[in-house]
Amino acid sequence: MAATTLAPPPAAEDTFLDSNELVLNMGPQHPSTHGVLRVILKLDGERVLGADCVIGYLHRGVEKIAENRTYQQFAPYVDRMDYVAAVSNGLGYCMAVEKLLDVEIPPRAQAVRVILTEVNRIASHLLWLGTHALDIGAITPVFLCFREREEALKIFENYCGARLTTHAFRIGGLQYETYDRFEEDCLAFCDLMEEKVKEYHALLTGNRIWVKRTKGVGILNAEDCKNYGVTGPLLRAAGVEWDLRKAQPYSGYDKYDFDVPTAESGDTFDRYIVRMQEMGQSCRIIRQAVGAIPEGPIKGKVGKVIKPPPGEAYVSIEAPKGELGYYVVSDGSLNPYRVRVRPPSFVNLGALDKMCRGTLVADVVAIIGTIDIVLGEVDR
Amino acid sequence: MSGPTPPDDSKETPPKRPVRKRPLRKRPLRKGLLRKRRLGKGKRPVRKRVPRKPKEMPTAPWEGPVPSALGERFADGIEKTVVLGGQKLVVASLAIAPKIVAFLKDAHGFDYLVDVTAVHWPKRERQFDLVWILYSFSLNERVRLKVTVAEGEAAPSVVSLYSSADWLEREVYDMFGIEFENHPDLRRILMPDEWEGFPLRRDYGILQQDGDWVRENLKIESAQ
Amino acid sequence: MEELLANPYVGPLVLTVAIILVFPLIVGYMVLAERKVLADLQVRLGPMRVGPYGVLQPLADALKLLLKEDIIPARADKWIFWLAPVLSVFTGLTALAVLPLSDRLYVADVNIGILFILAMSSIGALGLILGGWSANSKYSLMGSLRAAAQMVSYEVPLGFATVTAIMCAGTLSMQGVIDSQFERGVWGAFDNYGLMLIPTVLFIIAGTAETNRAPFDLPEAESELVAGFHTEYSGFRWSLFFLAEYAAIVVISALCVTLFFGGWLRPFPNVELLEIPFNTVFPAGLCLLIAFGCLKGVGKQVVPGFRFLMAAIAAAFLGAAGLFVLPLTNELVIGLFWFAFKLGVMVYLFIWYRGTFPRFRYDQLMDVGWKWLIPISMAGLVLNGAVQLLARG
Repeated sequence: MAATTLAPPPAAEDTFLDSNELVLNMGPQHPSTHGVLRVILKLDGERVLGADCVIGYLHRGVEKIAENRTYQQFAPYVDRMDYVAAVSNGLGYCMAVEKLLDVEIPPRAQAVRVILTEVNRIASHLLWLGTHALDIGAITPVFLCFREREEALKIFENYCGARLTTHAFRIGGLQYETYDRFEEDCLAFCDLMEEKVKEYHALLTGNRIWVKRTKGVGILNAEDCKNYGVTGPLLRAAGVEWDLRKAQPYSGYDKYDFDVPTAESGDTFDRYIVRMQEMGQSCRIIRQAVGAIPEGPIKGKVGKVIKPPPGEAYVSIEAPKGELGYYVVSDGSLNPYRVRVRPPSFVNLGALDKMCRGTLVADVVAIIGTIDIVLGEVDR
Repeated sequence: MSGPTPPDDSKETPPKRPVRKRPLRKRPLRKGLLRKRRLGKGKRPVRKRVPRKPKEMPTAPWEGPVPSALGERFADGIEKTVVLGGQKLVVASLAIAPKIVAFLKDAHGFDYLVDVTAVHWPKRERQFDLVWILYSFSLNERVRLKVTVAEGEAAPSVVSLYSSADWLEREVYDMFGIEFENHPDLRRILMPDEWEGFPLRRDYGILQQDGDWVRENLKIESAQ
Repeated sequence: MEELLANPYVGPLVLTVAIILVFPLIVGYMVLAERKVLADLQVRLGPMRVGPYGVLQPLADALKLLLKEDIIPARADKWIFWLAPVLSVFTGLTALAVLPLSDRLYVADVNIGILFILAMSSIGALGLILGGWSANSKYSLMGSLRAAAQMVSYEVPLGFATVTAIMCAGTLSMQGVIDSQFERGVWGAFDNYGLMLIPTVLFIIAGTAETNRAPFDLPEAESELVAGFHTEYSGFRWSLFFLAEYAAIVVISALCVTLFFGGWLRPFPNVELLEIPFNTVFPAGLCLLIAFGCLKGVGKQVVPGFRFLMAAIAAAFLGAAGLFVLPLTNELVIGLFWFAFKLGVMVYLFIWYRGTFPRFRYDQLMDVGWKWLIPISMAGLVLNGAVQLLARG
């Protein structure tokens, strides 16, 4: 019965395909499109001729919501974009509004912000590593990564009560003082991570299959990265030593001594190595920051009613996925007139087609994993 | 507890809940739900708000090779080059905007298009601000280029200069309805293809949209 | 009664029925073992809710699979869609017939047993191909194409490794292969001054590919092809494919054990001195250990039924230990024990692979097969042949 009610399949001459080509719809329900990404692949056998992303399945109109909320009310919403790195999102938004208000953030608040953001960066990279390995077929690392990520989430939980969408920062500084064992917890987390990163290296870096699956796959050189606006670990893996924490230091990052890991060829393996090293560098920053949290207030001179003068500001930070920018326009009222988010995942995903052409189906999955997208941020 | 408790002890234990000293309700219940509650007339002093003069973002002139070169080359098209709150801003006319972008890219190394976005000002004659944010790796500098676009006017696309403009311009089109000339594939990107209206315009009614959706799909009136 | 037992058809028939009835249960517990071992590798517990430590999980799974809706896609080729899992299961179970489970427990000792197994495993590949083709889904189609290419490529080194072992043994009969290993006093894997290790390793690699297990699980690569050839299958039909996959694992492992690891022989079968430790102490001790573990577990159970179940399992293993201690019963079951033990080690190896390796890509899989495994297996054959000829006359 059911068969008769279906429309007949289109005749071959009505499709735009060559007789050897095949269109494969990957997603939005697919195990490894990291949520609701839909990629329409044009294939010749297993070889990819082109990839067209269809996004927007998770679009919630975050930028529209901002128009109808006050500055403070909107702050929790930004956590829901890149929910894996909610702290970074919050930091960027708070800094953009602080720029409009032109307030000074006390050094204590800045130090705590740096610590929590770096812990969050490690948590985000851990999630990336686990899922990326899962995409390539290694099913064990994801559990190990989640085990360590749990420790990071515990720090957030102890600090502000929330684990994922933390809303850890407030405009002007912090809401909460650090808890009693904050420093010890952060240092213990650093110890743990430095230990465990070695374990991941033992499991993956020396694995011939892992190397074979990632070396030379999805190459994006420095020129293409700039052309496609690709930032973050993808850009650094292509050999450009560019990190906003170094290039345009914010929130006191200039006080800390850390390296910007880079690689040369810009393939999937290099991005893996760069992110692994970044976890180590984040630990370095946390150690320095924890050792020198200054005493003092945790909130700058910000009134209860936030009403920035008319104007606009673009503030960007180095989120785990790349340059995360907030372009906030104020008309002098209580609500932001316009909040534009420059999401790193969205822009980086734009290079997917470029990276996928000529690879195999299995590589598409690896490349989606290596871009490290979070669909909440792509679709907003 | 084991064994019988001595009677004196039980007498001395304090009552578990403190005795309420005042009655539960201060005021008698209002009769009739619709009766207006009277506020004390003139009892509370009305605080007169003196409207403060709104602060302004600090502006400073922008000096250096880039603005002078820009001024030299596009003398009539550039409205102003300033540093607004520490951030470099070029305001120009729409016609020369792609030339400015190309000039900044080729002559000054602004090789990274960070963002393309727009702001809607419905009360203005030219309703939209279109904003390009450019970054130069060699100068470590960020520049914002702003032009105004009127309703129905097409903006020039910069996809031929930066591939990243592809999706960003599609998003501006999707959200604001600004069309881009010479864009290779101008479709909606976040909203469904059949969507009507442009959500990020200030006059886009979200309550209206909610009501329509609820009426159509749930067959009831929305409570919003 | 005596007449009935003397009939040559009765024994095999009874065993066949027993295998068909018991095998799904064994597969269920293999799945449980796989989940538990994987869980152990991945710092988690695995199934813990159904029964004590999840021991009843296979039954719950089976019930769920049987009760699920049986969906046939609208544009599927219904007959082939129906046929494919049947074909897979049929060939998988048929191959079990020639496996010598112990010195006296086998359905048939065919003189071309090994060829029969290879033939069945080749036809089994047809089940995957037809299943993927008939579902009329692109993911299924790609999965089945991968399966076809993979099976064809990896059957060659598998065949060469098998031929090397047969050459060593001088017979195609499965029992004969084991007998020859007993006579030569060494397991196939270590024969010919260790040169037989080459085909042994190749056999394990190619066997993993032949059974579509990680890291060669491309036909059903879940992160790429959703579920590969069985994307459109559900419920009972899907579980048939599952059964076939595990039947293939058992067959390949059993073949490997038989050809290279002495089948149901104990380690060092010719050394009389080791008779007692290997044939009595080791199996009985193992059973006692498990029984002791179960008894310890009894105390931790809260539900009374679970306690009883744990105690029953402990009692069963105590009974098994008793079987190994008594000389009369020992003789009956010791072959089966060693066969099952070696099979278990092989299956553990398969699970271990799955827990640690990422997946190969299609072209890399072909590279490994054609550029490495096939030349090496041919070289191994020639080398072993030469050594056989020179050293043994």
